[in-house]
Amino acid sequence: MSTAVPASERVVAAIDQGTTSTRCLLFTRSGRMVAVAQREHRQHFPAPGRAEHDATEIWRAVTRVVPAALRRAGLGPENVAALGIANQRETTVVWNRHTGVPLARAITWQDTRTDGIVSGLADTAGLYAEVSGLGPATYFAGPRLQWLLDHVPGARDGAERGDVLFGTMESWLIWNLTGGPDGGVHVTDVTNASRTMLMDLRTLEWSPQLCAALRVPPRMLPRIVPNAQVYGTCTGLLPGVPVAGALGDQQAALVGQTCFAPGEAKCTYGTGAFLLKNTGPRIASSAAGLIPTVGYLLGDRPVYALEGSIAMTGSLVQWFRDALGMISTAARIETLAMSVPDNGGCYVVPAFSGLYAPRWNPDARGVIVGLTSYIHRGHLARAVLEATAWQTREVLDAMNRDSGVGVTRLKVDGGMTANHLLMQCVADVLDLTVERPLGSEAVSLGAAYAAGLAVGYWPDPDVLRRNWHRAAAWEPVMEPGLREREHVNWRRAVERSIGWARSG
Amino acid sequence: MVRHIQSVARAAALLRLLGGAGRPLALAELAAALDLPRPTAHGLLRTLREEGLVAQDAASGRYLLGDDLGRLGTPWDRHDLRARAMNWADALAAGTGCAVYLGVPAADGRGVDVVHHVFRPDGSPQQLRTNTVQPLHATAWGTCLLAFAPASVRAADPLERYTRRTVTDPVELARTLESTRRRGWAADPGGWEPGEGGLAVPVRSGGGLTVAALGVGAPAEELFTPDGRARPDPVQELYTAAGEIAAGLEGLV
Ligand SMILES: Nc1ncnc2c1ncn2[C@@H]1O[C@H](COP(=O)(O)OP(=O)(O)O)[C@@H](O)[C@H]1O
Ligand SMILES: [Mg+2]
Repeated sequence: MSTAVPASERVVAAIDQGTTSTRCLLFTRSGRMVAVAQREHRQHFPAPGRAEHDATEIWRAVTRVVPAALRRAGLGPENVAALGIANQRETTVVWNRHTGVPLARAITWQDTRTDGIVSGLADTAGLYAEVSGLGPATYFAGPRLQWLLDHVPGARDGAERGDVLFGTMESWLIWNLTGGPDGGVHVTDVTNASRTMLMDLRTLEWSPQLCAALRVPPRMLPRIVPNAQVYGTCTGLLPGVPVAGALGDQQAALVGQTCFAPGEAKCTYGTGAFLLKNTGPRIASSAAGLIPTVGYLLGDRPVYALEGSIAMTGSLVQWFRDALGMISTAARIETLAMSVPDNGGCYVVPAFSGLYAPRWNPDARGVIVGLTSYIHRGHLARAVLEATAWQTREVLDAMNRDSGVGVTRLKVDGGMTANHLLMQCVADVLDLTVERPLGSEAVSLGAAYAAGLAVGYWPDPDVLRRNWHRAAAWEPVMEPGLREREHVNWRRAVERSIGWARSG
Repeated sequence: MVRHIQSVARAAALLRLLGGAGRPLALAELAAALDLPRPTAHGLLRTLREEGLVAQDAASGRYLLGDDLGRLGTPWDRHDLRARAMNWADALAAGTGCAVYLGVPAADGRGVDVVHHVFRPDGSPQQLRTNTVQPLHATAWGTCLLAFAPASVRAADPLERYTRRTVTDPVELARTLESTRRRGWAADPGGWEPGEGGLAVPVRSGGGLTVAALGVGAPAEELFTPDGRARPDPVQELYTAAGEIAAGLEGLV
């Protein structure tokens, strides 16, 4: 927006390095977005279950979108008070510290090639859960790093000699932003580190025990740092600007939504959906199938969160669009779904790579049930959207079973909140008020907040709360009897998906 | 060599004239306005009618824009529109402190259908108005469509009264539309809900056709000066946001 910012005003820049694209957004003190630039990167699927990104391509995307956003706002690097980063979590990259060249493509969070490694950890699962809070799963970064060390020529030797570095995407970007081979700072933030199965969730340090168990040379690990701190200064891109904040995207959204009090929760609806509830200084138990994780570390003491991870929400819509060709854009699923009054008795369970929280059933596979001659595309579209709502319900029920403070209203953000039919459905199914904040880019905003807090652009988190404004609210209107019947049907559909891959 | 095709230029001028008139026009009026011999104008109109771009009123024989022209301008799925508009609608609400509405012609052309609604960011209790249909002649977003997308909407007859400020006289409405077109934005001083004003600008697709109306709503005294003139800031912000939304529509089929 060319007229929005006077040249004298300073802004905070955020990079959102997501699964499908990399974006740069600029925010003013009131939390208002003044420019955005975006670039997609290629998805590599070299074999079933494998999903890779080219880390160099992603770094190149960053070098394009940052200047593009500044150009759009008519600003220069001198107007940028600080830079914050949010990233797709658990995506793993190793690179040569002297050349800056990755040794292999980054392995993304959706990749399941480590299932062999993970099932081998069954005996010691208790150790990982006890120290890192995470039960072994292909979802986390540590097993991926082991896979790279064991399969990429020169990786293990190089790591032991200190020539090869490990990082998740924020490490890789911060290292490149601050000079790369020429003095780049090698750090990871606590939230990303809490997703590796290598960090002690209490001390917030790498666990020597877990590193040894996963055979990871400690020399290659980045230093773990708080979420708001000046890590270093940008060199080529945005020269002189402090890199002052980093969080995994879901934790960034927790901060962007200003869920600073225990019990406050947000759900970000993108490729997958991730419901995080602030549990304050308490590390919640993971008994109900949820993941205890670091929420953020902004002051001296960490704030923990309980997370419900749903693998397929927006990606189911993408599948409906690309694989089935039912719609030409994701948004048109709402148009199609509105062509019918209800699901016609049809349910879709998107267990494409098993079920994530709270069931964690790796052998489940997707099913569509209730098909009759009456069902047409519109009913399927409804069932696709309802699957997201019911999966949220299961995660929320598990969360309320956790002994902490119950969730009383749900703050939402992410690309799928453009879908008002879906948001109404979520409110109906949860029987809760669902609220969208002004500026659904909570991920980027959270990264900007962290960086701005570190440099004093914002004085404290309380000020940020005043930037949160309700842009929309959906109230439950579904009749309780209908909600109960639909819930029963959803559970019956899920039962049919469980164990499918095993019986094949 | 690229040649200038005179008949295409004339056809375009005819369409613009019909689009801007807000009422069906007679052959004589069209020919006179463009300084064309009547048989030439007639030939052009007949061809355009065969293409569906011009229609002829059966009773009066007067010409108006055809349905297909409306469709050329609205290939936009309403939910695609919302998805593309969302970020900028939020920025507009944040910048103006007003509620934001994105309206498109209702399916039957008899109202403005609210595709997207952003609450006024003041913490007051508000209800989501997405998917409600509001009257064309009584809202800023409706008036905007009447002025800039006349082929896709038709005002009610008679014009119903909702508040003491509703325009119910067709002649006055025509005058309002005329000045709306001249200055490029629509205003409602509170003709739909008492005391609640609105301002709106067209969101134009690549070809210049209006696909939606983008509006801000707020207590009338915040949008208008005591002598009834629109305050300049929200209008500027509306133009900027509409431009950004339009840019985002490119490449969307
Ligand atoms: N209007 C919509 N209705 C349903 N799904 C949508 C809509 N718009 C986007 N999506 C889905 O949301 C996802 C993109 O959201 P985004 O927040 O950018 O995801 P991510 O950060 O994971 O890349 C895509 O998977 C897309 O299918
Ligand atoms: Mg994202």
